[in-house]
Amino acid sequence: MSILIDENTKVIVQGISGRIGQFHAEEMMKHGTKVVGGVTPGKGGQTILGVPVFNTMKGAVQETSATASIVFVPPPFAADAIMEAADAGIRYCVCVTDGIPAQDMIRVKRFMRRYRAENRMILTGPNCAGTISPGKAMMGIMPPHIYMPGRVGIVGRSGTLGYEAASQMKALGIGVSTSVGIGGDPINGSSFRDILELFEQDPDTDAVMMIGEIGGPQEAEAAQWARDNMKKPVVAFVAGLSAPKGRKMGHAGAIISAFGESAQEKVSILEGAGITVAPNPSSMGETVAEVLRRHALAA
Amino acid sequence: MDIHEYQAKEILARFGVRVPRGGLAYSPEQAAYRSHEIGGNRWVVKAQVHSGGRGEAGGVKLCGSDSEIREYSSALFGRKLVTRQTGGAGKLIGRVYVEEALDIRQELYLGLVLDRTSERIMVVASAQGGMEIEELSEEHPDAILRMTIDPATGFLEFQARELAFGLGLQSGQVAEAAKIFRACYRAFRDLDVTMVEINPLVVTGDGHLVALDAKMSFDDNALFRHQEISELRDMSQENPVEARAADRGLSYVSLEGNIGCMINGAGLAMATMDMIKLKGGAPANFLDIGGGASPDRVLTAFRTVLADPKVEAILVNIFAGINRCDWIAEGVVQAFTKAEIKVPVVVRLSGTNVEQGKQILADSKLPIATADTLAEAAEKAVAAVAARQAA
Repeated sequence: MSILIDENTKVIVQGISGRIGQFHAEEMMKHGTKVVGGVTPGKGGQTILGVPVFNTMKGAVQETSATASIVFVPPPFAADAIMEAADAGIRYCVCVTDGIPAQDMIRVKRFMRRYRAENRMILTGPNCAGTISPGKAMMGIMPPHIYMPGRVGIVGRSGTLGYEAASQMKALGIGVSTSVGIGGDPINGSSFRDILELFEQDPDTDAVMMIGEIGGPQEAEAAQWARDNMKKPVVAFVAGLSAPKGRKMGHAGAIISAFGESAQEKVSILEGAGITVAPNPSSMGETVAEVLRRHALAA
Repeated sequence: MDIHEYQAKEILARFGVRVPRGGLAYSPEQAAYRSHEIGGNRWVVKAQVHSGGRGEAGGVKLCGSDSEIREYSSALFGRKLVTRQTGGAGKLIGRVYVEEALDIRQELYLGLVLDRTSERIMVVASAQGGMEIEELSEEHPDAILRMTIDPATGFLEFQARELAFGLGLQSGQVAEAAKIFRACYRAFRDLDVTMVEINPLVVTGDGHLVALDAKMSFDDNALFRHQEISELRDMSQENPVEARAADRGLSYVSLEGNIGCMINGAGLAMATMDMIKLKGGAPANFLDIGGGASPDRVLTAFRTVLADPKVEAILVNIFAGINRCDWIAEGVVQAFTKAEIKVPVVVRLSGTNVEQGKQILADSKLPIATADTLAEAAEKAVAAVAARQAA
């Protein structure tokens, strides 16, 4: 098993007719993902990459019984696309789009509350690399060959730093159950804590690598939740040790604006919760290996 | 994006916030003339720079005559104001704002921010105005009132009243305060603001509430739908290298060290900077070249990094997903001929087409050091700087 997606997940690509959407839809198919259709308003009836294009998400879900969608829609329209997916009954949505206005995301989060928790769509992103269950399915823009199938979950804000962790792990023979990007925006669909909860319940995940960065309260919140609720070991890394206060470091959300948001403070909060923190970004893989050994878990 | 105080006041006034009468000046003569337009016999002259802490840095003065205004503002124009927020370089004073001086009875604090915990707009207020909010939350944490607003209903009247009564305002002022609070919320919501701060919001001798100072920041991601706000951008307040990089689609932040960085992805960029620091070096910048970088884009990135004279070595770290290592390598090779690189360059490539990329670098016979891991790359860059400084 894995979390969020596997080889049976039927996926709709929102924005499939765009250059970026089409390119990544094809990569996803090559990795075995069941892409069953696409949505581009006004282009319904066409066929792209051998799958039907629909005008609306409702139409796409009715025809294909898809349960997941990935959004490659430009920033001004992306929030609307996410809400359309939720309203069509999609269970899991990845939003890759970078540059969505923060208040659009406030609206999305408020909109999702109209659904009961058990019917509510899970959103990861925006501004993320996506999610991959190696060897089964991929909803995202990552290079799939750097992930080895296995039993360690990865959750992180940054795409490329997640690649770095996965390849360090692969070099040591450690595989990944699912890797989830939650994105670099200040207001995002799922938090670190939300994804830790899913990994804790997954029988095929033994441990979790969590890759945080400066800004926001989510690492601290996850640390507290893990201390009180998790039986599986968590390894963490926090990027931005050398980032100055008050400057935005690339990601819209990577800015130290309050107490507890610097890398140093997050590291001490994580360690205080019993989480092993990798001392530097080149040793994420080794730290995972060491924690697996300590807990007598195979990779 | 930040704007000036006078611009923030103009916007807030449009939404119904009372502000002092004032006028903008681009010269000492114009500043003096503004005092006649405004009338009265006491004026406040304020340097317009994108920073807080202007008062203690000598950028604000109470003046009693037009000659005093002329004299003081001539000392301001063309000078760089160094505040505790600007860093040592300071910010250029090109505009001065002249305002009527008010009779102040009480100073309050009002701020609106995007709260990442509740994922809503939060209103922050205190009866102790005039102090920085950071200072206030350390010294009088109980004196700060906070309220989050449901985006579906907006800022309701009773909430605004509750806040006003919570600040200890008298019944006569509560209605006016509530109106100001809700006006700020509407401005925040309608214009995709990320921060409004009125500090202080004053109660005047005649019992009115007036925004004596105002600060506003806007969501860069939403400027596409607010043309009128984009036009308020003042390039003289931005770091020129950062502004040029942003216009070319590169995310660049200038820092204090001497190792220039060029990386793809914000998280990997921060991690690379951290690694440099752990190896005893200091990064000169943060630079994310983004996904799908062409050789041309790599060249532009090199020029951006080299525009900083502090740079003594360059570290390129690419983990290619949608990027291609061969394109990056071609860009690096081109940069050597076109950008006249005179400092050591360390390149670490990983991911898509890594073997082709490494081959291109090797075939070029250029003095490019390569590394296989993040740690090795940082170590080599730090060693290169040390060797250069020893030579």
